[in-house]
Amino acid sequence: MKKVYERPKLLKDAIMHYCPGCGHSIVTKLIAEVLEEMNLADRTICIPPAGCAVLTYNYLDVDTSEAAHGRACAVATGIKRVLPDRLVFTYQGDGDMAAIGTAETIHAANRGECFTTIFMNNAVYGMTGGQMAPTTLVGQKTTTSPFGRTVKNEGAPIPISEMIAILGGAVYIERTTVTSVSAVKNTKRAIKKAFTAQVDGLGFTLVEVLSPCPTNWKMTPLKACRWIEEEMTKAYPLGVLKDETARTPGREAANAD
Amino acid sequence: MRGNTIVGEAAVRAGCTCYFGYPITPQNQLPEYMSRRLTEVEGGIFIQSESELSAINMVLGASVAGARVMTSSSSPGISLKQEGISFLCGCELPAVIVNMVRGGPGLGNISPAQSDYFQATRGGGHGDYRVVVLAPGSCQEVADLTMAAFDIADYYRNPVLILADGMLGQMMEPVTFENYAPRQIPEKDYILDGAKNRPSRINKSLILSPQMMEDHNWKLVRKYKTIERNETRYEEFMMDDAKLAVVAYGTAARIAKGAVKRARGDGMKVGLIRPISLWPFPSDIIRKRAGKTDLFFVFEMSTGQMVDDVRLALEGRSEVYFHGRPGGIIPTPVEVLRIISRQYYQKGLGE
Repeated sequence: MKKVYERPKLLKDAIMHYCPGCGHSIVTKLIAEVLEEMNLADRTICIPPAGCAVLTYNYLDVDTSEAAHGRACAVATGIKRVLPDRLVFTYQGDGDMAAIGTAETIHAANRGECFTTIFMNNAVYGMTGGQMAPTTLVGQKTTTSPFGRTVKNEGAPIPISEMIAILGGAVYIERTTVTSVSAVKNTKRAIKKAFTAQVDGLGFTLVEVLSPCPTNWKMTPLKACRWIEEEMTKAYPLGVLKDETARTPGREAANAD
Repeated sequence: MRGNTIVGEAAVRAGCTCYFGYPITPQNQLPEYMSRRLTEVEGGIFIQSESELSAINMVLGASVAGARVMTSSSSPGISLKQEGISFLCGCELPAVIVNMVRGGPGLGNISPAQSDYFQATRGGGHGDYRVVVLAPGSCQEVADLTMAAFDIADYYRNPVLILADGMLGQMMEPVTFENYAPRQIPEKDYILDGAKNRPSRINKSLILSPQMMEDHNWKLVRKYKTIERNETRYEEFMMDDAKLAVVAYGTAARIAKGAVKRARGDGMKVGLIRPISLWPFPSDIIRKRAGKTDLFFVFEMSTGQMVDDVRLALEGRSEVYFHGRPGGIIPTPVEVLRIISRQYYQKGLGE
């Protein structure tokens, strides 16, 4: 019989702590698959800061460093500058990326730091119990916006990926989701493209994944997926926000100019 | 050379290849020097970060990748770094941090001060941790202690803080870098560089099990005890027959030494105890003097911080007098001598 699918060896034999229907487990598996396919596992360093994904080291069998909440891009900068030939990626949530770590994120991207950020956007603070995130939609109810987010009091949702896309150091930014088989495959393609651009030394790369959080959204997993497709994508349209991978000369060449 | 640039040159000569920092007076000559000097070093990395928070976390990243790394700042910037210092201690990662202390609290001023003693020795960040704190008193000691700091940090896998001030940072004196005797450093079997031909490694301070967290805390305490045994540094000056001991560190000790010399010239039996490591604090040497020395005269450029450690060491067995000048005031040896004399004769030590 022909083997058509195998569990990635990089995925440790552990029971994940993620809730049923959560997008983290899918994306963690996709990263494991991509690292195996690209044969990068033994030169990878993963940085999952505070948030639901902080325990990624229990699942992904690669060198892993925690980071304080919001500081993943600074830690990644330090590691990647010392070890420029390794694959370095951060795995951050929306609060980490677009609230407490906005400065670290923006400046690392602007410097064109040659690492990849996997940005899991689920529009709430998941680990702490469903508080409002910088990416929470207008009108969305959370434990700290019990009557729904308003532009007047909390401001509009922050499109952090669009903000990063206008920066010179960012070379590839794409927003995907994991609400269907085809969407999952598309996310895997995007992660692979980002890692490839990093290996080629092109600059900062980012994949934003609109990810379901059924527990904190108080929805069934299926309804959560529909909510992403029908509501979240209105505020956060899927697709490529920036792709300069075909014509970016990379840091070394840029410095030589 | 100037104190701030001496730190930079000493660091490079001790093998430091990475510097991350954010400008703040009175230490700007140091990042400026490193921005040029590290281009001459193989693998040299200099980044002017977007904030102190970012700088200390770049330090954490470079440290976990195996590099010798340094950051520097002055008081308000060091406050911002405290989160990162707590993480470095929790993760047991080496790093050298320099604080050229200025007057505070708040924005304060840019004059020399010693008001960050509590922050440095008690841990300005959260959690049960200790940072080795070295307080140089001259430019030569700036060089020697900076170089030693990298070895201490690597040897114990713990951050080391150089606590100086704007006076030492701006002062110019001739120095030699030849005093450095590198230590044998254990192999860095914790660094993250990709799990090639070895199991994957994890760098973390998150320990969710209370039992394992307690074990980790006690493990750190055992390390701290070893550091207390091996790394306590101090200088005693004219202490043999001293009835009054001035206790002072850094710039204040320099001023105090001048006052002690003048006091001896005036026939007073006065000496100086100068803690060089503020943590570990040289409590033993002070305790041994209890009873023999009648008065411990603590002099700081603050409203009184190290004086607590002197009182703790003495446990009430000798009298303590405190003289402080906070806010960036640099007193003269004559001023200090005047107060020493008054105390000396009021306590009847001249008889």
